[in-house]
Amino acid sequence: MRKDKIIMIVGSLILLLLFVFPLWKITLLAPQYPEPLGLNIHITHLSDGNQFNDVNNIDLLNHYIGMAHLPTKINVDKGEVEPFKEFVIIPIVVIALTVLGVIFGFIGNRKLYATWLVLLIISGIIGLYDFYNWLYIYGHKLNPNAILQIKDKVTGEMMAYQPPVFGFKQMLNFEVYSYPSTSVYFIAVSFMLVCLAFYMNLKMKTKK
Amino acid sequence: MKSIFAFLTVAVFLVSCNPAPTSSKSSKGALTGNAAEKVYVAPGEYDEYYAFISGGFSGQLAVYGLPSGRLFRVIPVFSQDPEKGYGYNEETKPMLNTSHGFVPWGDSHHPDISQTNGELDGRWIFINENNTPRIARISLETFETEEIIEIPNSAGNHSSSFVTENSEYVVAGTRFGVPIPQRDMPISDYKGNFKASLSFLKINPESGNMNIAFQIRMPGFDYDLSHPGRGKSHGWFFFTTYNTEEAHSLLEVNASQNDKDFIAAVNWKKIEEYVAAGKGHKEASNYAHNTWDDDTHTATSVMEKEVWVVNPEDVPGAIYFLPTPKSPHGCDVDPTGEYIIGNGKLAAAMTVHSFTKMQKAIEDKAFDGEAYGIPILKFDAVNYGTLEQPGLGPLHTEFDTRGNAYTTFFISSEVVKWNVKDLKVIDRHPVYYSVGHLMIPGGNSKKPFDKYLVAMNKITKDRYLPTGPEVCQSAQLFDISGDKMELLLDFPTIGEPHYAAGCPASLIMDNSKKIYKLEENTHPDAVKSEAETRVVRKGNEVHIYMSMIRSHFSPDNIEGVKVGDKVFFHITNLEQDYDVPHGFAMIGANTAEMLIMPGRTATSIWEPKEVGVWPFYCTDFCSALHQEMQGYIRVSAKGASTPIKYTIDDDIPGMEE
Repeated sequence: MRKDKIIMIVGSLILLLLFVFPLWKITLLAPQYPEPLGLNIHITHLSDGNQFNDVNNIDLLNHYIGMAHLPTKINVDKGEVEPFKEFVIIPIVVIALTVLGVIFGFIGNRKLYATWLVLLIISGIIGLYDFYNWLYIYGHKLNPNAILQIKDKVTGEMMAYQPPVFGFKQMLNFEVYSYPSTSVYFIAVSFMLVCLAFYMNLKMKTKK
Repeated sequence: MKSIFAFLTVAVFLVSCNPAPTSSKSSKGALTGNAAEKVYVAPGEYDEYYAFISGGFSGQLAVYGLPSGRLFRVIPVFSQDPEKGYGYNEETKPMLNTSHGFVPWGDSHHPDISQTNGELDGRWIFINENNTPRIARISLETFETEEIIEIPNSAGNHSSSFVTENSEYVVAGTRFGVPIPQRDMPISDYKGNFKASLSFLKINPESGNMNIAFQIRMPGFDYDLSHPGRGKSHGWFFFTTYNTEEAHSLLEVNASQNDKDFIAAVNWKKIEEYVAAGKGHKEASNYAHNTWDDDTHTATSVMEKEVWVVNPEDVPGAIYFLPTPKSPHGCDVDPTGEYIIGNGKLAAAMTVHSFTKMQKAIEDKAFDGEAYGIPILKFDAVNYGTLEQPGLGPLHTEFDTRGNAYTTFFISSEVVKWNVKDLKVIDRHPVYYSVGHLMIPGGNSKKPFDKYLVAMNKITKDRYLPTGPEVCQSAQLFDISGDKMELLLDFPTIGEPHYAAGCPASLIMDNSKKIYKLEENTHPDAVKSEAETRVVRKGNEVHIYMSMIRSHFSPDNIEGVKVGDKVFFHITNLEQDYDVPHGFAMIGANTAEMLIMPGRTATSIWEPKEVGVWPFYCTDFCSALHQEMQGYIRVSAKGASTPIKYTIDDDIPGMEE
């Protein structure tokens, strides 16, 4: 089989690792939490980022500022919150992209490779926008009966608690860090490999 | 390929953006200079060693850090502890059960850390109780008492609770000879009729659980302290005795007459073989064996009904007496296992016996008569030498790795450093005052960590700010890394700092448990979520299955309780986060508060006596809303028709919205 075909197939199959490794990680440090709390965001669920029970512990702390419950197993079972629709949609997108990539690989057409790259980029941008949107909702849609109601000393408005998509933000006593996690790197690897497949295919054509 | 490498470089860069957990640990390098610097552990830094110092008459075991001398925790062992609810709540009460019923107090003496291959392994710490003879085992994962076993046919379990080189056995003894079995007889008939038991408790290598493998029925001397052989002398155990006169009154005079008392050398390996071959006999007995279960969070007490007894004549060649001047207290074996040191507390000399000579003397039958059928070895045939006039009133010796011994002298109030082989004093240092035992971490093992020495003093007089007639007892920390001992620090202790064990922090700290997992909680009255919380009436008993989590109880409003009811609070701490215990106290309860660790269930009983609305609250400052963590119970008159009702935020728990 042609090398570019193999690389195209491998490149798209790598996306399946998204089912194994987390996509993003939010880390929370506070005086009372010298060993930081961690929230891993997977394409199918949330998981403990650093220690046992981190997700539930973050959810418990969130109630002080009136933040909505996270879709943890306990909360979903209790009916407190609906699980994110994204936990269903994103896996479908990932599988679709993988299957498409494999098919494109077998066909071995560089236009299809390019199409796949465009689809991956579009999915990525939509995904990031959706992530931002959720962070905005969690940060702003607060329970009016929240225990801690703190007003911004400049604007006089109720404080919002929107975690950053990328980077650092101080939120009350917590230092919040948000960075891509393992799966994002696999997406990048996948992207690079498909680019490589495209490039090899292009070279092959020009040689002829 | 290039692009892959380029990507990987970017990936590594991105990964490094994730914040590393902040750590304030930094190594200080070699410490030189004054004592203050040597004991200074900067805020947020850790001590280098754990020191487990018994509380003596407090009945507990205290955990300190060295070199700072800071107190971290008092582990309740043999005494009730209202602060934690130990011995007050329903789950822990069975821990203090004995053949005499519930005993709320004990006298804790000699902690010793479990060993593997002669070195500390940091799994458990054992400690003996003198008054109602018992041995406790404490987990060094949870720092809680996991097991207490009563020692039958004994009184004053003093020569205890030291462990053998591979934690095969932990031993118990008898300080007060008694009629065995107990019976009604004249005290003056002591001599020849009162007996003593030396008990060997087998330790289960997996669970740590103890059971009495055999008891040796010994003459009625007072067995004072003991230490295991190690290395070449592994398989032997050595016990000091006093009152070989078998006096029954005014012992301070009458038990101090003999020129020499004995060290009893017990070949437990040989006795093990004899017992396996059926030597000895089973005796009916009655003693409590209490075990704690970390899954049910509950102790159970079982009365054991028999014990295997071995008389010295059953086990020829397994027990010998080594004559040792004068009422020896400490019985210490050096790290090589060769030297056995008798600290003759009324002598002005230290007696050093040689294990090699002892074996030869046994082979040569170099006997100097016998006592109650036990051969007495000739003093000269076993004695390596004597350290003449090192001080007054030697009590206890520990060792470093350089062939030196450190002995406390009670009467002359000093610690003396001397070389065991040369029998020469190297250094001496006063202590303040009347030192009892001393501790070098790993001192009872073949690998002492000989940087620090802790001396434990009975009297402090003018050393601290006075606090009325009763002043603190204290520990003193020495640096023993150089030729001269250097006094670094005084620190007061809980109770009487009777004896101690220590080990490097690194051996224990990483195994320290943080929470109990709720999913592993099999307490029959546990609740796993607020939806399971409820109140159930069974006759005049009201069972409240309650939960606690930051920062509320569920339910927190309870009605339908009546005067004359017996109310059981079965409370589960639903937290699964480190260092978030909650407390519980009920007004008018005739018991203590309860401190409940994350994931644990505990039960407290309250018998309301007056009609009214009575509050309960969280006693441990758990969170910013701790002060709001409270609730009410409505108590109606006896015979009232108020129905059971329980709510949180005016809803039945689990039925909100």
